[in-house]
Amino acid sequence: MESHIDTPPEDEHDSAYSGLLVNDAHWAFGTDFEDPLAGVDTTVPGDVDAATLATYALMLGDDALVMSHRFSEWTSNAPDLEDDIALSNIALDLLGQARLLLARAARADDSLVPALPEGSPTPPEDALAFFREAHQLRNVRLAELVNGDFAEATVRVLLFSVWRLALLERLRSSRDHVLAAVAAKGVKEVAYHRDYAARWFVTLAGGTEESRRRLVAALDQLWPLWPELFDTHPVEAAAAEAGVGVDPATVRDAAEGVLDQVLDAAGLERPQAPRRAGVLGRTGRDGMHGEPLSRMLAEMQSVARAHPMGQW
Amino acid sequence: MSVARTLERARAAAERVTDPELPMLTLADLGVLREVDVVAESHVVVAITPTYTGCPAMAAMRDDLVRELSSAGFDRVEVRVSLDPAWTTDWISPAGRAALATAGISPPGPAPRTDGPVPLTLMPTARQVRCPRCDSPATDLVSEFGSTACKAQYRCTACLEPFDHVKEI
Repeated sequence: MESHIDTPPEDEHDSAYSGLLVNDAHWAFGTDFEDPLAGVDTTVPGDVDAATLATYALMLGDDALVMSHRFSEWTSNAPDLEDDIALSNIALDLLGQARLLLARAARADDSLVPALPEGSPTPPEDALAFFREAHQLRNVRLAELVNGDFAEATVRVLLFSVWRLALLERLRSSRDHVLAAVAAKGVKEVAYHRDYAARWFVTLAGGTEESRRRLVAALDQLWPLWPELFDTHPVEAAAAEAGVGVDPATVRDAAEGVLDQVLDAAGLERPQAPRRAGVLGRTGRDGMHGEPLSRMLAEMQSVARAHPMGQW
Repeated sequence: MSVARTLERARAAAERVTDPELPMLTLADLGVLREVDVVAESHVVVAITPTYTGCPAMAAMRDDLVRELSSAGFDRVEVRVSLDPAWTTDWISPAGRAALATAGISPPGPAPRTDGPVPLTLMPTARQVRCPRCDSPATDLVSEFGSTACKAQYRCTACLEPFDHVKEI
């Protein structure tokens, strides 16, 4: 906070708090690295529309932010310690990607960043994460669903990372230095997420009747949101046209090729369920979300919103 | 003092800083310290690169670099982030690998190339990992995710010791 908690008058060794206040930089929230893009070339290529680049970065950043928060909810709730750590690590990798992507969005077009009281030390990527309403988030709807059982987590990580990896593989050649760098690093990270989920997918499919039943149920439940991942939003089309982004429709074959390998190994086929419709044609990329996202944001944002002048 | 000597002093100070999570390794050994530049007599700019995008240790690294360089006489220390090229375990120095092994952490093998599409691997990653405690090659992967983002968990089936392995990326 702006005024730090007063150090108690007694011997500092008696206070459980004294050690915590020595160096605020160790707090995870905000991490106090003032500018995650310090020293990175953030010049927008001359012929690229800054608002397009910023909104495109926001889309990829919001996917990572929302998925990260959902998977951080698994911490201490997974079926065993190893998977608890795995899901938490996936959440952490995505949070890192979100931070850079939101910072990139803010740097390209600061009109996207919510206004905060004058003098607020909140960095722009935090303002984007904690001070936007649900309808301002651009994430795909797959990312925001309320968590189900472990089979649901497995299928969700699989679908999300098969798709995201296919996007990032292509985004490595973005003309925007930041997006290219985030993609180069993200490919390595998301490949681990995908393979982790793919192995559990095959394991659960070949496990017991109950594990297979749950896996199939999760796949049927999530499948209607798969086609949305490959819809081309006008911003994505413009970003691809400008050579800074990837049109998701162009990675569909690659992604489904990988997914089919996993389904084959599991002895399953693609479900037939039809896609989930948008609302008047609007989906996650347009800011159209389900009620669970609002509830998630209410929890995720409450502390930051209560203390807009807070220094974390 | 000559520019070359000032630079040498800055490098020496920056290279003393150890990793907050792997304190047996310096940031230089880890390959995280990318550049040390002296801009003016007492002004130094250091570039570090995250091992993983979400690495929460970056702020601690920054603070430690600032502290070490300040006590080496640099009044102005800037720490920048270098994202490109992305960090790879291939940058861990031979000294760093030896320090990991001594500390009971299995060092990484050669990193896979990731230029094109990354092939799906449904079987556990095949690695020839030797137990850092008893040097047995009889080891099992417990989980691809370990105590930090950069490590996997293994166990030795000979001496039964669990240990961390730094993942090749």
